[in-house]
Amino acid sequence: MTSLIRVENVSKRFTPRLTLGEKIAAALGQPIETRTVHAVDGVDLDIRKGEVLGLVGESGCGKSTLGRVIAGIHHPSEGSALLDGTPVMSTRHGKTTTRVQMVFQDPFASLDPRIRVGETIAEGPIAHDLVERREAAVYVTRWLEAVGLPADAAGRFPHQFSGGQRQRVAIARALAMQPDVLVCDEPVASLDVSIQAQIVNLFLKLRRDLGLTMLFISHDLSVVRHISDRVAIMYLGRIVETGPTEGIYRAPRHPYTRALLDSVPRLVTDSAELVTFKPIAGELPSPLAPPPGCHFHLRCAKAQPRCRLDIPARTPCGAGRDVACHFPLEDR
Amino acid sequence: MTAPLLQVENLATHFMTRSGPLKAVDGVSFSVQPGEIVGLVGESGSGKSVTGFSILGLIDPPGRIAGGSVKLAGEELVGLPPSALRAIRGRRISMVFQDPSATLNPVLTIGHQMRLAIEAHETVGEKAARDRAAEALLRVGIPDAARRLDAHPHQFSGGMRQRVAIAIALLNRPALIICDEPTTALDVSIQAQILTEMKALARDLGTAMIWISHDLATVSSIASRLLVMYAGRIIEEGPVADVLRAPHHPYTAGLLASLPANAEPGQDLVQIPGSTPSLFALPPGCAFSPRCPHARPQCGTMPDLVREGARGVRCHFPLEIRGRA
Repeated sequence: MTSLIRVENVSKRFTPRLTLGEKIAAALGQPIETRTVHAVDGVDLDIRKGEVLGLVGESGCGKSTLGRVIAGIHHPSEGSALLDGTPVMSTRHGKTTTRVQMVFQDPFASLDPRIRVGETIAEGPIAHDLVERREAAVYVTRWLEAVGLPADAAGRFPHQFSGGQRQRVAIARALAMQPDVLVCDEPVASLDVSIQAQIVNLFLKLRRDLGLTMLFISHDLSVVRHISDRVAIMYLGRIVETGPTEGIYRAPRHPYTRALLDSVPRLVTDSAELVTFKPIAGELPSPLAPPPGCHFHLRCAKAQPRCRLDIPARTPCGAGRDVACHFPLEDR
Repeated sequence: MTAPLLQVENLATHFMTRSGPLKAVDGVSFSVQPGEIVGLVGESGSGKSVTGFSILGLIDPPGRIAGGSVKLAGEELVGLPPSALRAIRGRRISMVFQDPSATLNPVLTIGHQMRLAIEAHETVGEKAARDRAAEALLRVGIPDAARRLDAHPHQFSGGMRQRVAIAIALLNRPALIICDEPTTALDVSIQAQILTEMKALARDLGTAMIWISHDLATVSSIASRLLVMYAGRIIEEGPVADVLRAPHHPYTAGLLASLPANAEPGQDLVQIPGSTPSLFALPPGCAFSPRCPHARPQCGTMPDLVREGARGVRCHFPLEIRGRA
């Protein structure tokens, strides 16, 4: 299968601007502490045409930043994200394509409260000549129907919708740009349990009907397992493991993936069952000062001296999978 | 059965709004035994958090406790003067909230805040207070506790801040801790750590807990009994594993069926149609009936919460245990 999106050696660093005080101190010759955050650190990733790739990791691991680089919101510090071989951003002009669109986590923040929903959806397509202004109303209705909203929703304001409906509006806005790739950043995280299922089903339907390629970013391992063909696990700016979903969930190769899966609470339906977790020791190190070698070695039960020195490369390990670990786990 | 530690009887908490009274909690009754962990689950607006706040008398105007009773070891809390409630809060019942960065004072050191929490209820020397605070921090798994007392909240990670909040809740050895979504804002790996530690604490200290959450899996891994709320009422209760294995209320069954963990990957999830009702426009009778696949005309009248053994359900046509796996 061909890759529609190819991420090549992308790094993204954030360095806050110096405050006035720091500028003065610097001018006086004081050493200034740099506070560069290495959000994404040399990531390679392919998203194949028509697949849903789940991107999983804990807060601060850089998954949202990577998603935004792919969606053409952030300029990568190094490397590039390519759509069909062409970078989604150029240094001169910013984003160069409308074929990648994004759905954000919080539909309360991502919709303009003062603009009617119909206008919000029509704005992009009109600006990019996907539709004539006089045909916009029909066009909007089509996309509202595609996400399961009534046609009269176009005349309403965001506050007149529930959270789940708002997320449908946000999805319709993204779809109205007729993208090939949809980057979804935690699209169900802020929704109630009974509404989550509705939105997950909507994504499944859209994918079937429109043949969308999706990057599905989430910390919810069970939702990702349900919706993704392949998953990529991210830890502190790096991809540590990728492969087909079922293979990874059944037999993770990276100790971090194993630990993450073991941390997920399961529904207990047998009162005799004693619930025990095997929590990962410690916490995510600061991305301001990531540890050398393998980023996970501080918390890894299997760490060896080598893990503190060498960064493990992503190595194929069969069945379309790869893992970045010097001592990957075997099948259990 | 021993005497309950907490007995909530017909509790009603209303908020006065321009559109009339909003019945956030509408006739809730349950009890908590000493040392028991009770899970209280529901979606947003179901009244689970307001129930927790009402027990502690933390309802400000335009809200008020409109009726019912909350008894702690036989003593009525509803209607107590503020000073008497203050003597109970943080000492006999304490609370842990969802967002630890909102509960901790950013300009005071952790040690200072912990000393204030102790001094609110008794007179202790500075050294004694410090020792107790350090001991509480150690118990929730904060390494190097004595030194960390001098740190400010921003010097802790989110998970560590929640541990500090839990340590403060434990300081005066309360008989009951009300935990309102204490792990929702945390990553799964940190959540697993905190769940493990909280279970051990409850066991070692005999502290009872009300664990409020929207996440059935989290609750099932810590609580022994489950209360399910919908639109201000308890609609199902019973031992956690029993309820999750064989739910009697169609809403509980729908929630369980909609979980991705209970579906084949890639297949459509079972979904509950519609959305949670506005408390201003509740349907007559059973609030779930417009979304319920089993609704019949009789559902236009409010069903009672019928208790049988350890289980209870508020439904005219509860799902049978047999025939469902």
